[in-house]
Amino acid sequence: MPITHPGLQLTKLPGALPVWQATIAPDDLRPVCQNVADGGGRLLALWGSDQRATQFGFALHVVLLNEAGMVCLHLPLSAEQPVYPDISSIFPVANRMQRAAYDLLGIYASEARDHRKWLRHASWHSGSFPLRKDFADTPPFSLEALEAKSGKSAKAKRAKLMTKQMDVATDTPTEQPQAASQAELDDYPFVQVEGQGVHEIPVGPVHAGIIEPGHFRFSIVGEKVLRLEQRFGYTHKGIEKRFENMSLERGAKLAGRVSGDSTVAYAWGYAMAAESIADVTPPDYALWLRGLFLERERIANHLGDLGYLGNDVAFSFGFAQFWILKEQVLRNNAALFGHRYLMDKIIPGGVTVGLAESGKQTLLEECSLLEGEARRLRSIYEEHAAVQDRFIGAGCVAPTLASRLGLCGLAGRASSQSWDMRAQFPCPPYDKLDVQMATHHNGDVAARVIVRFDELFESLRLQREIITNLVGGDLLLQFPAHLPPDGFGIGVVEGWRGEVMVAIHTDAKGNLARVHPHDPSWQNWPVLEHAIMGNVVPDFPLINKSFNLSYSGQDL
Amino acid sequence: MYQIIKQIIKTGIRTEATPLPDEAMRCTEQRLQQQILDVFGGALAIRFVDAGSCNGCEQEIHAVNNAYYNLEGQGIKFVASPRHADMLLVTGPVSRHMIVALRRTYDATPDPKLVVAIGDCAFDGGLFGESYASCGRVSNVIPVDVVVKGCPPTPTQIMQGILTALTGAHEVQA
Repeated sequence: MPITHPGLQLTKLPGALPVWQATIAPDDLRPVCQNVADGGGRLLALWGSDQRATQFGFALHVVLLNEAGMVCLHLPLSAEQPVYPDISSIFPVANRMQRAAYDLLGIYASEARDHRKWLRHASWHSGSFPLRKDFADTPPFSLEALEAKSGKSAKAKRAKLMTKQMDVATDTPTEQPQAASQAELDDYPFVQVEGQGVHEIPVGPVHAGIIEPGHFRFSIVGEKVLRLEQRFGYTHKGIEKRFENMSLERGAKLAGRVSGDSTVAYAWGYAMAAESIADVTPPDYALWLRGLFLERERIANHLGDLGYLGNDVAFSFGFAQFWILKEQVLRNNAALFGHRYLMDKIIPGGVTVGLAESGKQTLLEECSLLEGEARRLRSIYEEHAAVQDRFIGAGCVAPTLASRLGLCGLAGRASSQSWDMRAQFPCPPYDKLDVQMATHHNGDVAARVIVRFDELFESLRLQREIITNLVGGDLLLQFPAHLPPDGFGIGVVEGWRGEVMVAIHTDAKGNLARVHPHDPSWQNWPVLEHAIMGNVVPDFPLINKSFNLSYSGQDL
Repeated sequence: MYQIIKQIIKTGIRTEATPLPDEAMRCTEQRLQQQILDVFGGALAIRFVDAGSCNGCEQEIHAVNNAYYNLEGQGIKFVASPRHADMLLVTGPVSRHMIVALRRTYDATPDPKLVVAIGDCAFDGGLFGESYASCGRVSNVIPVDVVVKGCPPTPTQIMQGILTALTGAHEVQA
């Protein structure tokens, strides 16, 4: 039992994960959170759901994590006044999640310090909430309608205004149609830094490289960054609304596309949640293959990042070399499993593809090749003075700051935050693999590079171990097309970036009523704002890459 | 330095043959005159725009720059500003929050220009479809010359798409 609190009735959820759930009264939320925070625990995720069809109004769901396991707290909220006590003063990471919960569902954290919108820009109004069941979906997009609304009418308005101004030089309030339509788009109040010599650099949403869209607002003096503020939500494409009433099978595909670089982690998280609700355990063979897929995803992403980290310090040799290795992993994925990124290979009940004997040989050879090459490249990186000069000390996140802000996953481990689901709460097959967690205490770019190398070698060891221990069997068990009614389950998987969580709520008929995917980027993006402080602007791409966080995964 | 040179020599040249254009990917009639395409020649500058993708297609667009596909070896490179670009490479269902940014990027790209849409979502909205937050296909928002389907399309298919846009239709018909 991870938490004890007077009156708190914890029920264990089925499955290999140590997860409990409890319904809690609003007054108990903060004391329980404080209790977990004091014991070194963290906030894993926060979301809301519309429960008006059943017993009460809305509900807030909070997943807390400590060394003994995870607890999902359900907080019923009234339909008329869906207000809950703010927890961002206990877990700063809750800030953006609470704001997103308001944007999407209209549930409100009372006494929170920051009530600015987060995921909403201008595509829906402040008074309407897409995740409410009675939300009327907007008509399909049409360019004509858009132009009629903004561009052309603004032009017409401007022309009208100009003639008006020419005709009568009066003191009519000077309307600025251009600025007005601009404000209509997204009037986000950034925090302004003032002082002599301070100026702002706005970057994005369209970035200079092959990157997802997001906006960064730097306040700088000279080259030094005083403050960075992020503005996201550009890739918000309504994933959570899309999940509603989707078939379980199609939902698995969508889960695999929340963040394309972590498709295995999301698909596994989704399957784990569904299996917990149905209270079934997939065949052993399937679980071992899932482990293999997850490690291959980690290997591919770490290789890619190590290449780009070289590239970002003008060491293009690193990019060329590591991306040759990554390409070989992807090609083996395509040849053996039918997809370069292993999309749609994990579904509720098991996996869709097995591994033949000849394939095992290919993968063992790949392991040897990667181990040798990566070791050589590591020593080249470590001995290269110019590379190390850029890596060491850049974007430092001290362990105390990391712990206070809840930094997680790979970046957290590089700042002494020793959390790794595979090592702490090992679900099969990890219970038989004894995963060695890689950590470092420096918290700079160099530390994140070291952790990536260490994890790469550990994943290669795990891949070898999995292949050696892989005994054939069933790939899939007969999984019901519908889940049990009014069910709730979560799946948590240590993806390459950090903990990926998927929560599923089913309705009275067993359909998907609400699916909430949670990306570790929610935790880590705010820490990047701190990591860049005091560094020079040209180091931002490097520091950003060393975290390599997801936009799509947090924009949903 | 010795280790680096040794590694480069040991690695050798990995670049594979460039794929041929595929006319099936063309979705509108060829918009640019052959003479203009000839001016582009093999030296093409691409501005990439993620208009709401899941980051899957981006992985493969990164891969076209690796040693196996070596798109830059064809004289085709990614540039940091639409002002420098001849072609936009667009992924995603276009999220409603990206309409303005995508259209401004398109407008900022000097004429004559080409647009290649990458991925199933860019083709028809994919799993995300059209909704309060998504406008679906890229051609709902800006004109598109060539569409490369796939979830995500392979680097070879992406290169084919780029080369198809760059090759005159009549050349293939002849």
